[in-house]
Amino acid sequence: MSRFDEPDYYKKEELVQIQPKPPRTPWMETPVDFRPGTYIYPGKAKNLKVLDLPNPRDWAVTDVDWQLPEGWQKTILEGMADRLKRFRSFKLFMDICVRCGACADKCHFFIGSGDPKNMPVLRAELLRSVYRKDFTALGKVFGKLAGGRELTVDVLKEWFYYFYQCTECRRCSVFCPYGIDTAEITMMGRELLGLLGLYVNWVIEPVANCFRTGNHLGITPHGLADTLEFMTEDIEEATGIKIDVPINKKGAEILFFTPSGDYVAAPGIYTCMSYMLLFNELGVDYTWSTYASDGGNFGLFTSHEAMKRLNAKVYAEAKRLGVKWIMGGECGHMWRVVNQYMDTMNGPADFLEVPKSPVTGTVFENARSTKAVHIMEFMSDVIRHGKLKLDPSRNDHIRVTFHDSCNPARAMGILEEPRYVIRHACNHFYEMPENTIREQTFCCGGGAGLGTDENMEMRLRGGMPRGNAVRYVQERYGVNQLAAMCAIDRATLPTVCDYWAPGVQVTGISELVANATVFKGEKRRTHNLRLEPIPGMGAEDEESEADLVGAGAPGEGQGGMGHE
Amino acid sequence: MNVLISLVVVACLLIVGMFGATIAPQWIFAVALPYAAVAVFAIGLAVRIMKWAGVPVPFRIPTTCGQQRSLPWIRQQKLENPSNKLQVLGRMALEILFFRSLARNTRTELRKERGLVYGTDLFLWIGALAMHWALAVVLIRHLRLFTDPVPAFVTFTEKADGFLEIGLPPVNITTVVLLCALLYLLYRRLANARVRYISLPEDYFALFLLLGIAGSGAWMRHISHTDVAGVKELALSLVHFSPMVPTGISPLFFGHLFLVCVLLMYFPLGKLVHGPGVFLSPTRNMANNNRAVRHVNPWDYPVKVHTYEEYEDEFREKMIAAGLPVDKE
Repeated sequence: MSRFDEPDYYKKEELVQIQPKPPRTPWMETPVDFRPGTYIYPGKAKNLKVLDLPNPRDWAVTDVDWQLPEGWQKTILEGMADRLKRFRSFKLFMDICVRCGACADKCHFFIGSGDPKNMPVLRAELLRSVYRKDFTALGKVFGKLAGGRELTVDVLKEWFYYFYQCTECRRCSVFCPYGIDTAEITMMGRELLGLLGLYVNWVIEPVANCFRTGNHLGITPHGLADTLEFMTEDIEEATGIKIDVPINKKGAEILFFTPSGDYVAAPGIYTCMSYMLLFNELGVDYTWSTYASDGGNFGLFTSHEAMKRLNAKVYAEAKRLGVKWIMGGECGHMWRVVNQYMDTMNGPADFLEVPKSPVTGTVFENARSTKAVHIMEFMSDVIRHGKLKLDPSRNDHIRVTFHDSCNPARAMGILEEPRYVIRHACNHFYEMPENTIREQTFCCGGGAGLGTDENMEMRLRGGMPRGNAVRYVQERYGVNQLAAMCAIDRATLPTVCDYWAPGVQVTGISELVANATVFKGEKRRTHNLRLEPIPGMGAEDEESEADLVGAGAPGEGQGGMGHE
Repeated sequence: MNVLISLVVVACLLIVGMFGATIAPQWIFAVALPYAAVAVFAIGLAVRIMKWAGVPVPFRIPTTCGQQRSLPWIRQQKLENPSNKLQVLGRMALEILFFRSLARNTRTELRKERGLVYGTDLFLWIGALAMHWALAVVLIRHLRLFTDPVPAFVTFTEKADGFLEIGLPPVNITTVVLLCALLYLLYRRLANARVRYISLPEDYFALFLLLGIAGSGAWMRHISHTDVAGVKELALSLVHFSPMVPTGISPLFFGHLFLVCVLLMYFPLGKLVHGPGVFLSPTRNMANNNRAVRHVNPWDYPVKVHTYEEYEDEFREKMIAAGLPVDKE
């Protein structure tokens, strides 16, 4: 018997029975229903203590009494007033919505669940109703008639439920005529909840870990050294190349940082191996850092302050190690932080140099202040200059599609670089339907700290639009791999694909590149970095062919991915 | 219920305007109220905008809707992902004049056999665009009443608007468009279960108010004519601050005027401020050039961080054992 935190528990036929009509009761009078599989466990006291956060205690979401601190309403309202004075986005987005509903069916959680409070407009109205009651003239005079609402425990519970049912993907903000960004609303909502010690553990534990050990998973420095060392053994087995792993190396040219998800779990580890292989091949003088060993930043999903506290390590470490510039790996929300917050929060990075590729001499003008370059910007430039010998036919058994990750797409706009790289590494690349890619891309359903198993029903529902688009290219073009440059994608999309489009595997882009690269001094490449035999490379002579017979699309791999 | 309340309120307002002017001294409705309304509108709006503008923008958070500026050989989508002020201006112009974002609107449907399908859905965009543009033209046409001599662009607009030359006075296209667009927006709010669910009384109130104004205006022009010369006399006298109320103006005009006054006074308080608001929207009016040009947060404050020294203190022995370099042996 499967449990509510396993995908098998949910029948597809039932999950797609989505009620198109809103309930009879008005939304202000429909209380939240905490159903297992649709909410996340609360933050544990020990993690709140590490971060000096208020009201640490152990509690359960289903408890009637959430053990709120004395005078909590006042705390929230003062918190709102404070943020209305500090964030124009918040103030403006509270004021200017006309409830046109253009955002409604743009949210993956609404599409997948039909719950009206997952319409971005209503998610914002949860806060706005309280705002109107206490901060606007009309609301003060007309109260409920003007859409105002008293702040009660039920409202607070609703906030907790729905602000942790938003992945801050910003898709709605693309369609909003005023650019109202629900990510801003959700971030404020979560900050306010945080004032009362209301966090989810899937977010706050990584934050606590990252604060202490430098990465979300809590990997110790020696543990990380072991992990990377271990990867070099697999690299040698697959390619015959022995590489060094520079860690905490002072005076290196580049500090490289990437999400910690790629250190430990498939398929992320193959991406991580690929970084090292490619840097080695290109002769890049770089270093890993154990202190700043995570590019990801769950602080973004907690509060602006938490984000800044975690992000501070990156520049501090760059300064300590004396590097010239910073390069970041394939990650989604990390690039939201790097592109839109890092320089403002922890800059100026005047001790670094304007990034210049040591391989091609290209100066990255677009990163001249932050001094942080995305690996796909770096790699596309390398490939453009012909500095890598690529044999895309090594990936001929792969029919790949590309999933734009929310933040790189909508908080940065890095759309062509990854596509350029994929096209040079693979001969068979197919786009998903246009309403599901680029700036209109759909979230994996597990971003912003929602990718935990106890939230399985919402993840599968939220992942439905993406899964549906994958299924489309799978049926139409025989797509068998989905490339994504985001560690959360690599952690959560295998579940989504297994469920909605079984047979499609998830990969990082760097992995595709490394598998296609003809390395100097490599041995005969019969196996890819996953140590699976590469069809047509002679591995079949040695391995049993039986495994491959009967698979639908060409080369549908049987490899050990999709599970951890 | 929300619909009914709003409808009744607007109907009452119309009646108050129409008959108030006959019962109460005329100068209240014809002079004092318009002055008050314009003052509330101007001051209210200025206060509202200044309040927004007074709140800092701590971070540069544009929503990027196209390819960024990066390597020289990759084509940037300058209007969807601007990287300098000029491009931002272009993006804002598209947004404000043509409702660019709304033009992206799609409809998502879950179908049994094909799963999710997305269709372009431009009705809302067309309805909204038609309503706002028609309203703008109607406002320009009204300048005729406030100016003497009437500027050429007003006469031209009016001529162009009535070029069909149907009826006498000719039916203006924008009158029809405005009424139809408002009716469509109202229909959409009522017929679409989802939109009805999220609607507040205010949403209907704004629509009914505009419908009342446009409807009474059209009625006066085409059905029961009001004394236009008298109205112009009144309007000009108000503009010149020497108010004078001519006799013979129909009650319907005062109803119309009263609703306009209510609209002006309500405008800065309610959701209609979205108009000026969109100019200030940080996800639209900022360039995506954070990595090239540093953005400063005016209220930035130091936070508690875990320093490298603290980190090394905790792990030093193990780092040494693992062969990792340390700062303090």
